[in-house]
Amino acid sequence: MARETVGEVLETSDGRRAGASERVSLTLKIRRYNPELRGDESWWDEFTIEAEPNDRLLDALHTVKWYHDGTLALRRSCAHGICGSDALMVNGANRLACKVLVRDLVPRVTVEPIRGLPVLKDLIVDMEPFFEGYRSVLPYLIDDGSEPDRERYQSPEDRHRFDDTTKCILCACCTTSCPIFWGDGEYVGPAAIVNAHRFIYDSRDQGGRERLKILSEKTGVFRCRTTFNCTEACPRGIEVTKAIQDVKRSILFDRF
Amino acid sequence: MSITHTYDAVIVGAGGAGLRAAIEASDRVKTAVISKLYPTRSHTGTAQGGVCAALANVEEDSPEWHAFDTVKGGDYLVDQPAALLMCEEAVDAIYELEHWGLPFNRTPDGKIDQRRFGGHTRNHGEAPVKRACYAADRTGHMILQTLYQQCVKRDVRFFNEFYVFDLLRADDGSTAGVVAYELATGELHVFRSKSVLFATGGSGRTYKVSSNAHTLTGDGQAVVWRRGIPLEDMEFFQFHPTGVYKMGILLSEAVRGEGGILLNGENERFMERYAPTVKDLAPRDMVSRAIYQEIKEGRGAGPHKDAVWLDVRHLPRDVIEEKLPDVTEFARVYLNVEPTRELVPIQPTAHYAMGGIPTDVDGRVVIGPEETHVPGLYAAGECACVSVHGANRLGTNSLLDIVVFGRRGGKDMAEFAMQADLPAPPERPTAFVQEMVGGLLDRPEGANAADIRTELQDSMFDLAFVVRTQTGLEKMQEILAGLRERYERVYVQDQGKMYNTELTEAVELGFLLDNAEALVAAALARDESRGGHYREDHPLRDDANWLKHSLVYKHPDGSLSLEFKPVKMGPYVPMERKY
Repeated sequence: MARETVGEVLETSDGRRAGASERVSLTLKIRRYNPELRGDESWWDEFTIEAEPNDRLLDALHTVKWYHDGTLALRRSCAHGICGSDALMVNGANRLACKVLVRDLVPRVTVEPIRGLPVLKDLIVDMEPFFEGYRSVLPYLIDDGSEPDRERYQSPEDRHRFDDTTKCILCACCTTSCPIFWGDGEYVGPAAIVNAHRFIYDSRDQGGRERLKILSEKTGVFRCRTTFNCTEACPRGIEVTKAIQDVKRSILFDRF
Repeated sequence: MSITHTYDAVIVGAGGAGLRAAIEASDRVKTAVISKLYPTRSHTGTAQGGVCAALANVEEDSPEWHAFDTVKGGDYLVDQPAALLMCEEAVDAIYELEHWGLPFNRTPDGKIDQRRFGGHTRNHGEAPVKRACYAADRTGHMILQTLYQQCVKRDVRFFNEFYVFDLLRADDGSTAGVVAYELATGELHVFRSKSVLFATGGSGRTYKVSSNAHTLTGDGQAVVWRRGIPLEDMEFFQFHPTGVYKMGILLSEAVRGEGGILLNGENERFMERYAPTVKDLAPRDMVSRAIYQEIKEGRGAGPHKDAVWLDVRHLPRDVIEEKLPDVTEFARVYLNVEPTRELVPIQPTAHYAMGGIPTDVDGRVVIGPEETHVPGLYAAGECACVSVHGANRLGTNSLLDIVVFGRRGGKDMAEFAMQADLPAPPERPTAFVQEMVGGLLDRPEGANAADIRTELQDSMFDLAFVVRTQTGLEKMQEILAGLRERYERVYVQDQGKMYNTELTEAVELGFLLDNAEALVAAALARDESRGGHYREDHPLRDDANWLKHSLVYKHPDGSLSLEFKPVKMGPYVPMERKY
């Protein structure tokens, strides 16, 4: 191991990375909606706060909520991009508020709720239609119950086939970035297809044909116009559009 | 006004333990799951490295070796029969998850692959063993998804974004249900039920640097504590050695399991001095203390010399990208560090409560040294204390705990409900919650909850973290008294009924204060060092006086008292803990 490299890291880590950064000013323009206060009208509020460059946007939103306006409503939990609670539209693109850093947003950021789902209060949307789409694709392993006493065997290659789509955290970034989903409440949306993909290509599953039938209906994959918004939006780096194309191909050629 | 529901089994919390219990209970009786989050948002999903079971797929192994490691890792405060049972049932629990579709990584011949993890050894400490089954570094995510999928398949009834604020007990002390606050509407709901299982997770947000979600505020622990149930072994909190510097985000022990090492500011692999046999794979309490010691003696890294380095630069690229992809991404996103070329600054982070609501191996809540049952009351997962983790939990055993004891608790609560009558709730079941919520909403001005929470987290980090002293803990008690007094004057600006998360956060702050009070009281009493509880003024383990579990009670006047109960021993005689 080269000591020189360690020395370099020590230098570059100084301040910039290891947290001792100077505080910066960030202005947040937030779309508000609160039927108890203002009926059906939505409006914009602006808050200017101090933050560290390595703070997350979520930290900045907390500063607003905790010290400026307690009524600001948002969802969040794990704060590091795994639980999927805090999908928001950040400068027009779907992001998790806990995976965007202040240093990449200064001096100004616009924050809105994700699109295509009914807004309930401020940044909180009704997730029920989203989960309804998820549930509609039979998102669980379907087998004939004849499993062995030990584990079933699965080759690393077979396991790898559906690896990408197991990463989904159901945050809805993909589905609510899809123009077809915005325009048409019927489309199950990318996230539901991703979760169907995860089982269709699992060598242990026997429900593939049933899921392909569901996804070949008019609410299914053929609504997709391959705009790649979903792939761009996914905070887990899943190749969502590719997964949808896989499913389309399987339906067309009856092969999976 | 409130809405009343009636169930046979109510499960509070939808993480791994709650969902596993729900699968078991809903097959047998009318079951509801109440969760303050949407399903799949729970913190089980963030567990990374693996779940241990002696499958012996890669190397020779046995459940008995696993149990030995669990007991030794827990510094002999583990109830040995419970640990033996957990490690025995671990094997079938893993097969069950596989049968439900969990996408484990595989060996070349198609079996579930296994890797090394801290404190897990071959034949009672000879060398590290490959025991952790895993799905890349998102094992918890896959467990949570798989269990939720099984709940969808079974059409389990969920009440999402409902906060349980009170436990209802009948006149004879048996469990009558819970009171929940619906976030969407501000309505109170009374859930009458023959049995209730708390699976609300941990309380890591008591600390400034924490791997825990914002929502991990010890709710279940506080709710039952306020209703006369003691909390067990609360002084034992795990500080995970490898948290992202300052932020506390977890960087899995799997990094070291795959060959990553720790370096101090002088680029020395310091764990060789502290644990010559297993080195960087020593249990978490020992590694965190070693880091503290390095920093204290001036060998810390970084501009403030208050970190150490995690080094993976020597690992093959495919190991980093395929077996540790999420951890690698955390370093890139949150630290702007490229771990394949650069060192990652880390520091210990508050991670896991070994203590919690005392239960037996069937999840039944037990009170006092006599272990009296509370009819119909159950707990499982991090909010519970079986105790299988003793004074220090081994890595991966939390995921094992939730599937083994979630199953056992869910089964027992359903069987209990099948033969029990529905108890009558207290006369005004929502009175307590109405008063609590009303009190917060009625004040025209007052103290800021965020200030109180920040002071709590900062001072707990200073005074009740990796290293503790009597003076420090007494100071912490004084601070807590002051924070409690200010908390009584907390003011909530949002007067609305819809999605009033300012209100729920204020209630959660009250839960955090309860958890901190219990922790500090027990930590002050225990004047020895054991596992995660290290007293600088009493640095040695004292088996003659302290081989026993603590129980902290809260009385209606707010005062606390302590009791103790013996550790359930077994085949393993306490020895000095060397690795």
